[in-house]
Amino acid sequence: MVSDTIRFDHQLIGKIIHEGARVIDLGCGEGDLIFHLANVKNAVVQGIELDESAIYKCVEKGLSVLHGDLDNGLNGFPDKVFDYVILNQSLQQVRKVEYVIEETFRIGAKVIIGFPNFAHLESRAKLFFAGKVPVTGSLPGQWYETPNLRFLSIKDFKEFCRDREINIEQAYYLGKSNTVGFLPNLFAQNAIFVLSKTNRRVIPQTLLNE
Amino acid sequence: MAEKKESLGIVETKYFTFAAAPDELVLESGEKLGPVTLAYETYGTLNNEKSNAILVLHAFSGDAHAAGYHQGDDNPGWWDDMIGPGKAFDTNKYYILSSNVIGGCKGSTGPSSLNPKTLKPYGLEFPLITISDMVKAQKQLVDFLGIERLLSVAGGSMGGMQALQWFASYPEKVRSVIPIATAMKHSPQQIAFDEVGRQAIMADPAWNKGGYYESGQPDRGLAVARMIGHITYMSAASMEEKFSRRLKKDGYSFSFNADFEVEGYLRYRGESFVKRFDANTYLYITKAMDYFDVSGAKLVKNVKNPDVKFLVLSFKSDWLYPCAQSKELVHQLKLKQIDVTYCEIFSTYGHDAFLVEVEAESKLIEHFLENINGRNKNNGF
Repeated sequence: MVSDTIRFDHQLIGKIIHEGARVIDLGCGEGDLIFHLANVKNAVVQGIELDESAIYKCVEKGLSVLHGDLDNGLNGFPDKVFDYVILNQSLQQVRKVEYVIEETFRIGAKVIIGFPNFAHLESRAKLFFAGKVPVTGSLPGQWYETPNLRFLSIKDFKEFCRDREINIEQAYYLGKSNTVGFLPNLFAQNAIFVLSKTNRRVIPQTLLNE
Repeated sequence: MAEKKESLGIVETKYFTFAAAPDELVLESGEKLGPVTLAYETYGTLNNEKSNAILVLHAFSGDAHAAGYHQGDDNPGWWDDMIGPGKAFDTNKYYILSSNVIGGCKGSTGPSSLNPKTLKPYGLEFPLITISDMVKAQKQLVDFLGIERLLSVAGGSMGGMQALQWFASYPEKVRSVIPIATAMKHSPQQIAFDEVGRQAIMADPAWNKGGYYESGQPDRGLAVARMIGHITYMSAASMEEKFSRRLKKDGYSFSFNADFEVEGYLRYRGESFVKRFDANTYLYITKAMDYFDVSGAKLVKNVKNPDVKFLVLSFKSDWLYPCAQSKELVHQLKLKQIDVTYCEIFSTYGHDAFLVEVEAESKLIEHFLENINGRNKNNGF
């Protein structure tokens, strides 16, 4: 593999995870990300993907992949079997978002979520000046053909995490091939968050019985 | 990549006999069977380490002749598209062992074999067998060939059940498992279809409680059983495409002759089946499939076996062994943290797809095996 062909977000995630991590990529596509993670970090990887032709590409790469959708694909995995659960550019295509995110925290210690920022300057400008739903580099596809079901901004996602007591451990804001430091909700095309969730409060059995 | 795919040419069935008294095979029922003969074929070369052997297991009506041609026969083995030089099961790399099953009628010991005690065909004296008994017999063959650990066990339908049973019975003996269009257990629907087939045979007076080897077998009953089977192997879509409502001749005959092509097809299939298959074997093997159940904790015993890989394949239009059953299997493997790849292949051919969708299966199996074989060499990922 030639390193300069590796996508910027994949390189970044490759730096986030630790050596030998157990990783599952939800919506892994043709498996480029997990292939990269297995190569650079000796990660033990697994993918889930809905598209049949993408499954073939994964198997060609020697990857283990499950054919299925994310809304139902996570049941069956025991609790906390993965170090990282990755939802990179796939969250916006999930139907039962809250349920799937809940499940990711059940099966994994940490969750990495990457998504296109709908509040990026370019999108805002297209919506404001052209009066049209934005079609941008990170949001390709017209309204009638986009696979995206959800449109969210960095700010929306942070609020989502806050309301659900999800800890944002690290946040990365991405331009085309660099990270963005200044006003990310305006200037970043994509965001990658590393998340964790402290265990739900355990109510002692004695209290429940009262 | 060797794109050139060749035929294996002429191959021969071999026979392995074992379990002579007093070392008979002890069956799941507690009964004993011996001596036992297993028919098998091999393709390719076993390497010095004996680490490149793949056991291929056939479906209900199959036999050991999986690939290549028998002398004087124009029809190749049942999985010839998949096994051979440059094919998915590449005989340039792997040693392919294809084994028949006990209870069968294709050269292995079954109800039509001679009972050494009476010197007559067993008939219903033959003990009831299970999928695990079939696998127990195959294990003796594998041991006889000196193979410590199989690179893979693969099969579709009942072949898939045997593959799963291999892992359930001898987890340390298999490095990978490829169950195709199969299930961890027969559902009531599957048992029901089998029972209708058995009733058709037993309702034929010629069946004579299994004692028909001198008088001739229950052709009518066996043909009906096979016709039912064929309906379950196709899908509504594949039948529409293959037959639609086309007639064999112009216009209706206004009789009970076979007017429709589909009727003619089923009759032909039934008639040709009785020439090559034993009615009692039909009873014994369908019963073995109905008894099959490695669901829940039975598939993965308490041994933790992180070193095995599964490739589970199912077909979207297969309603006899629906995708949901393969998903249940995947679910079980996930629970036990076993490395599994699952693909639901798009096909309109119904259950028959596992014999038809060669291109899709080849792509997946070829690379899956390469990966297992590669780990063999590199000793780890």
